Formats: sequence, C-alpha cells, structure tokens
Amino acid sequence: MLIDYLLVFLAGGLICGLGQLMLDFTDYSPAHLLVLLVVIGCVLTGLGVYSNLKDVFGAGVTVPVMNFGFILTKGVLMEIEESGFLGLFTGVLERASAGVSAAIIISFLIAVIFKPKE
Amino acid sequence: MITDPRHGQSSWELAQIKMTEDVVNRALEKVNLAKGDIDYLLAGDLLDQLVSSNFAARDFPAAFLGVYGACSTMIEALGLAGVMIDGGAAKKALAFTSSHYQATERQFRTPNEYGDKYPPYKQRTVTAGGAFVLTNQSGGAQLTEATFGKIVDLGITDPKDLGGAMAPAAADTILQHLEDTGRSADYYDLIVTGDLGKVGKELTIDLLAEEGCDIKNNYDDCGVLIYNSNQKVGAGGSGCGCSAVVTASYLLPRLMHNNYNKILVLGTGALLNKTISLQGETIPCIAHAVVIENNGKLSTGIGRENIRNDLATSIEDLSGVED
Repeated sequence: MLIDYLLVFLAGGLICGLGQLMLDFTDYSPAHLLVLLVVIGCVLTGLGVYSNLKDVFGAGVTVPVMNFGFILTKGVLMEIEESGFLGLFTGVLERASAGVSAAIIISFLIAVIFKPKE
Repeated sequence: MITDPRHGQSSWELAQIKMTEDVVNRALEKVNLAKGDIDYLLAGDLLDQLVSSNFAARDFPAAFLGVYGACSTMIEALGLAGVMIDGGAAKKALAFTSSHYQATERQFRTPNEYGDKYPPYKQRTVTAGGAFVLTNQSGGAQLTEATFGKIVDLGITDPKDLGGAMAPAAADTILQHLEDTGRSADYYDLIVTGDLGKVGKELTIDLLAEEGCDIKNNYDDCGVLIYNSNQKVGAGGSGCGCSAVVTASYLLPRLMHNNYNKILVLGTGALLNKTISLQGETIPCIAHAVVIENNGKLSTGIGRENIRNDLATSIEDLSGVED
C-alpha cells in the first residue's frame, strides 16, 4: 500500500520535474512542453507500454498531461478494432471528450468570472 | 503617476492611448501652449501601426509624422524634430512616445495570461509616456546635436534578451558620434543609453573598452536607473517610455540645475516583430543619439515638479536666473 503511494509520487514527480528542467534550461515554451508530453503519451500507448505503466504508477502517470495522449490513442485503437480505418476519425475524441469538454467549459467559466489585473 | 495599469480603460491598449493623451496635454499645459500652437507632431510607440500615438494625435490641428525606432523612438523623434526646427521647417514641435508593459508583452512576446517564464536577463517594459516640446527659442536645455545610428545585427535571436542584442548598436552609435564630433567620451558629464538593462549596460562598457573608449565613469542606462533592485523586474526597464521619462523627468531638470552641463542620450531599439522572431530570425538593432546641453537658464515646466523642487532647494546660486 505505502509502496504504491511512493511509486505514484516518484513517477509524477519525475515527469513534472523533467518538464520544469526543460522550461528552465531551454528556450522552449510551456506550449512546446505540453505537446511533447502528449506525443510521448501517444507513442507509449501505441507501443502498448502505457497500460503497464498505469498499472504500476497509477495517478503518477495519469495526472500529468501525458495521459491525454493515452486517451486520444486508446480511443482510436479501440474504434479501429470495431469499425476499421474509420476509427481513426471517430475514435480520436471518443474517450477524450470528457477531458476536452471540461477544459472548454471550465476555461469559459474562469474567463467569465475573472479579469487579469497585471 | 498611474497606479492602475488599465488606467480606467477596458483594455491595455486603450490604457496606453489614454496615458499618451494625458502626457501630451500635461506637457502643453506646463509650457502654456495650446494645441494649435504646435506645428508638427513626431511620435511613435510599440503597438502595431503606432496606434497609441495616432490616437493621441487625433485632437491636434497639426501635421503628424509617425516615427518608429522601437525603443529608440523617443530619441529618433527628438533628433528629427531638432533637424526640422534647425532647418526652419517648424517653430514648435512636439515629440512624444509611450509604452505599456501588458500591451507590449502581447504585442512582442506572449500575453501575460499565458504565463511564459521570466528569465533574470529579461527586462520589463516600462508603462510610461513622455513628451518633449521643442521650439526655436532658448530655454533651460538645448538640443545641440543628433547622431542617427545604423542598423547593427550580431545574430541574437532570443526576444527576451534585448539588452544583449542592442548593446552593439549602442556602442556603434557612441563611437560614430565621438568620431563625427572629434570628442572623447569624457567630454560629456553623462552618457546614458535608453533601455539596455544590466546585461546590455555591462556589454556596452566591454564593447567600448575593446575599442579603446573608456566610459565607465560617466555612463549609465535609463533601464537600470528607472527601477530599484527591490522591484523584481529582471535586468531592468525597457520600452519607448523608459528613455522618455528618465530623460524628460529626471535628466532634464538635473541638467537645467547644473548637475550636468552636457549629456549624450541614446535611444536603443530592437527592430523585431513577433512573427519574424517566431520564425527564428535574428534581431536587428539600432541606436540614435542626441546631445542636450544646459544653457544656463531656468525654464518652467521642464521635468517632474518634485524633482525640480528638490534640485532647486539643494542648489542655491540659481536664484534670479529664472527665465
């Protein structure tokens, strides 16, 4: 039990720590880092590794934005099994719809409520 | 002094326009001139198509010339206005500029809401506007010479490191000016650059030292002067407004009150835009210089009032020379 917490903490910390190092020591912007993490998530899912990582590290790999890559790719792979090539188009937002919709709705609400001052 | 970056307006850009209008009106008010007394307006700023200057000039029945030299705009406008007056094209000209931190960030880099990182060598654009009234009559300070610079591009590509990019242009113009006039650097009581910040200031000193020109003792930078070290602004201030307010509010009254006799003021500009720097291109830079000399008179209106008052009480022998 305790070892699970430790693994989650270490994996999540490692991903975020590496991301912070990239922001601090390179010229890349937060947008570059975001895309890079999502692509890594996609690639790992395509290779079939991501599910295993999830089993071991749990929230450590599902909370960082890498998991968005997993959801996108997983949706595509599942739809391809069911409806073939067309699954590439129908599946990409299938499982990600909750995440995308939540991001849009929450961003909208925040924009309505707050006004930047500085 | 503005404490609200929105200045009571609904956007940063409108705030900058309002601020520019305010500073222009205040400048005219101080010298008791009406808008109709001005022959030419020379102005520019950092927003696309110089909108804040254009909008501020709407109310004037005077010819308007938009000037763009990025952060060197103030000095470029001063130099050009001086040339026009010297050549007889104008009797009274008004040169002004402004810059606004939040509006400039989204114009040149990313909007602040995006939350991009702020490295220690980055400078903070000064939210400020400055205006100079130039006439063919003599007052407390006299614009005697101008040296317009050429573009220098040594290949820096990081739009956050403008001080480092602009320093070679500043050094080039200083050398050109000294060569043209046959003077040495110690002719001036102060040589001041517009907005190089801490990084660019050191670099300029080094670059000039390599050319055998020592300016360590009489050199400073408006970007370094404008903020104190507790204000957490990285390498210092930048923007059109930086050199404008430091020169107009701080240096001119000191000049008039004999703290300095001759100063060389440089405006330093990084001539990039957002699109081209995202495409990885280098940053061409420019520096223009003007010489401002004290001519032994005191004229009302120059500089910020409290700075003038401080100087007036600290220096005794100026009573009776009020112009």
